[in-house]
Amino acid sequence: MSKQLALVIDLNVCVGCHACVTSCKEWNTSGEAGFLSDDNPYGRDPTGTFFNRVQTFEVGEFPNTQTVYFPKSCLHCEDPPCVPVCPTGASYKRAEDGIVLVDYDKCIGCKYCAWACPYGAREIDEHQKVMKKCTLCVDRIYDELLPPADRRPACVMACPTSARLFGDVHDPESVVSKAIRDAGGYALMPEWGTHPANHYLPRRKTEITLHRDELERVDNPLKIDGKLPKPDVRAPSLDDSTSW
Amino acid sequence: MRPAFSVIFLTTLIGAGQGLFVALFSAEFGAWLGIWAMPSAQYFSLGCALVLALLGAGLFASFFHLGHPERAWRSAAMWRTSWLSREVIVLPVFMAAVAAYGLAHHLRGAGDLSLTLGGAGVALALLLFVCTGMIYACLPFLQEWHTPLTVINYLLLGCASGFLLGTTWAAAQAPALLLTAAAWTAGVTLAALVMRGAALARNASLRPKSTVQTAIGVKHPRIAQKAQGSMGGSFNTRDFFHGRSFAWLRQVKWGFLLLVFPLPLALLAAGAALASWPVLAVAFLLQYLGLLAERWFFFAQARHPQNLYYQAIS
Repeated sequence: MSKQLALVIDLNVCVGCHACVTSCKEWNTSGEAGFLSDDNPYGRDPTGTFFNRVQTFEVGEFPNTQTVYFPKSCLHCEDPPCVPVCPTGASYKRAEDGIVLVDYDKCIGCKYCAWACPYGAREIDEHQKVMKKCTLCVDRIYDELLPPADRRPACVMACPTSARLFGDVHDPESVVSKAIRDAGGYALMPEWGTHPANHYLPRRKTEITLHRDELERVDNPLKIDGKLPKPDVRAPSLDDSTSW
Repeated sequence: MRPAFSVIFLTTLIGAGQGLFVALFSAEFGAWLGIWAMPSAQYFSLGCALVLALLGAGLFASFFHLGHPERAWRSAAMWRTSWLSREVIVLPVFMAAVAAYGLAHHLRGAGDLSLTLGGAGVALALLLFVCTGMIYACLPFLQEWHTPLTVINYLLLGCASGFLLGTTWAAAQAPALLLTAAAWTAGVTLAALVMRGAALARNASLRPKSTVQTAIGVKHPRIAQKAQGSMGGSFNTRDFFHGRSFAWLRQVKWGFLLLVFPLPLALLAAGAALASWPVLAVAFLLQYLGLLAERWFFFAQARHPQNLYYQAIS
């Protein structure tokens, strides 16, 4: 079976720090493909092109709420609706590793692919006038000048809690496939049949069960910790029995 | 969705052009069948020039939609999968057919050649309606658009607009055709009213398939967005929201329903009775305004599922 690279994002450990956002922006604005436009970055209404954003949702009703930090980027769908609608062929899915990419030299900036993406994963670059999206750091993960451990997407490298896993979801033994299997990984908006390659791991209840023997010394069978005999202050001490 | 005016002008202008061409060819076809007398060559050649002007204006408007208009030629590449690519191919071929049809009438008058070219032109006009409509109808998650009614309405509204212009043209150039043309225009306009009404009724009772629960994959019934990742706007907040109130949307809806159907029909009746082309021209312009509003509403009404991720700024 062919390769399908993807991210698996663990919502249970994402702390919403936005390190993946800044790391992604830094890497992808500095590469050969050109900058990712920003306007008024320090002004009143800053706006810009991003491949990755972290959103916040509150689930439940106060006081029983949970805050879910939700990193959102292109899901590299196995059946991407954005690709067949592209009139120029600029939008394509690589056969060798399943990454959905835009050829910036062919894109005419008609935005039809953005309309055709139910996830809002594509953003037009307001200055280069072409459609942009997550590339899974395709210019990084195959770079043999980097040490093997660094051949991973910038967002994955940056995540301080390892909430982002990267690998081949078609390989059943990969770290991402195991995570999807073992932790109940799911796809977003399954109702449209896009079969996103990226998966999310759900929040889990963190519970700890303490047994009594974990709170007390197991080698204290008489339960008299703290009552151990202490010598009387008038009892002979070492000084009394030893000649120096 | 945020309505793009380039696309609004493109679809309404070429719709009127296609409709007018169908009206022109119907005049020749009816005369060929012997139902009425053949109109003058000028009726056809100048009429084709008018069709080309409308199509050219639409094509011109479409370039404003592109970030890189100089690369527009590339958009013919993916006709196997993309309806947009198919439209990009069919539009110039149709324009060529219209030009050939007009030239045939200008140089040789009505005959087998013009009939063949006109038949091909009508087929291309209908194909172009299908391509334009399918650009929107083929997107399953834009549920307001994902219906055969989208294609039918592009066809019927374009024909209604073009036939009304054709009636105006007949009043000026071929008065013998006026009453027949007016009757056909009224019929097509009423059919468009029925089908657009059907689309409005369908969309009013649509339930979105995607919810914030499926969007982030959390099953809890109460989920509220607290932040969307940035405080300033982004492409996602600009291009997918029309930014108007529900009341505004409703006003546009009633506005276009009034401007596209009853008002032009009343003026059509008056213009046909008086045999006055200026009255009919006013009817066409009024209806064109209404069609701009109709197209605006068509885009604004579609709720893109990506908007579920952009419900609150912070």
